[in-house]
Amino acid sequence: MANENTLTKPPAEESADQERTRGGRHYRPTVDILEKADELLVVADMPGAERDTIDIQFEDGSLTISAEVEPRQPEDTEYLLEEYGVGDYYRSFQVSEAIDPGRITAEFAEGVLTLHLPKAETSKPRKIAITTSA
Amino acid sequence: MVFRCVNTRHPLNQFRDEMDRLLSGVAEYTATAGLWPRTSRGQRAVNLWEEGDTLNVELEVPGLSSDQVDISVVAGELTIELNRPGSKEEGVLFHRRERWFGEIKRVLRLPFDVDADRVLAELHDGVLKITLPKAENAKPRKISIASVS
Repeated sequence: MANENTLTKPPAEESADQERTRGGRHYRPTVDILEKADELLVVADMPGAERDTIDIQFEDGSLTISAEVEPRQPEDTEYLLEEYGVGDYYRSFQVSEAIDPGRITAEFAEGVLTLHLPKAETSKPRKIAITTSA
Repeated sequence: MVFRCVNTRHPLNQFRDEMDRLLSGVAEYTATAGLWPRTSRGQRAVNLWEEGDTLNVELEVPGLSSDQVDISVVAGELTIELNRPGSKEEGVLFHRRERWFGEIKRVLRLPFDVDADRVLAELHDGVLKITLPKAENAKPRKISIASVS
C-alpha cells in the first residue's frame, strides 16, 4: 500500500496504444530530462527491466519508452510488506525540439536508461556575426 | 517547456489513486502505532516476504553500485542505507527532475531472529534483494509428546 511518504513507482497515466496480450498494471518510470548545448538527455529509472525487453520509439516528435517486466515472485506470494508493484513500464513524451532521429542512442545499466537525443542542426544555437557597413 | 506529457488518465487508475489516498491514512496509523517500522519522509519502498526458512527483502535502487549500499543487522533490526548522488552536470537546463537522489536510510524491525552471518545481498538491474535466514531458535520445532505410563 502506498504511504504518502513512501516513494513508490507511479502507475502509468495512459495505456499503451496497442493491446497487450498480458494484463496487469504498468508503471511510469521517473525521469530526468536535461538539455545540453547539442542534445537532450532523458534518464529514466527502470529497475528490474532487462536491456532486451526495452522498446524505444521516436515518431513525429513523440518519444515512447516501454519495457516488459516479468513478475519476480510467484503470484501467490504472501507479502508481509508490499509497498511497490512490479510490472511493465510505459511512458510517452512530446518533444517539440527538433531532434535528429537517426542519431538517437541509448544505454542501459543498473536499471537506468539513458537516451541521447541529438538536436538537429537547424535548432542548434548559431552565432550571428554582425558586419559593419562602412 | 520542451516536453509535454500525454495525459489521458484511465478511470480505473483514477479510482485506484483515490483508494490509495484514502488508505494512506491507515498506513500512517499502523506505522505510528508501532505495528510496523517507523517511517521517515522520502524513504524507499520495500517488499518483504517469507520463503521457507528465510526472510526476503527487496528494494528498487536503480543506478546504485554496491559501494553505495550499506546493509547491517543489529539487535533485530535491518538497516539499509543508500546514497545516490544527484547529477553533477553543469551548464545544463533541467526540464524535468523526478528521479530521487541523496542519502536515504530505512530501518526494518525483523519479525524473528536471523542468522546475521549468513545474510546475503545481491544487486541486479537496479533491484536489491536481501536474504535473511532464520536463526536456529526461530525455526519451528516439532515437540514430541512423551506418553507417561
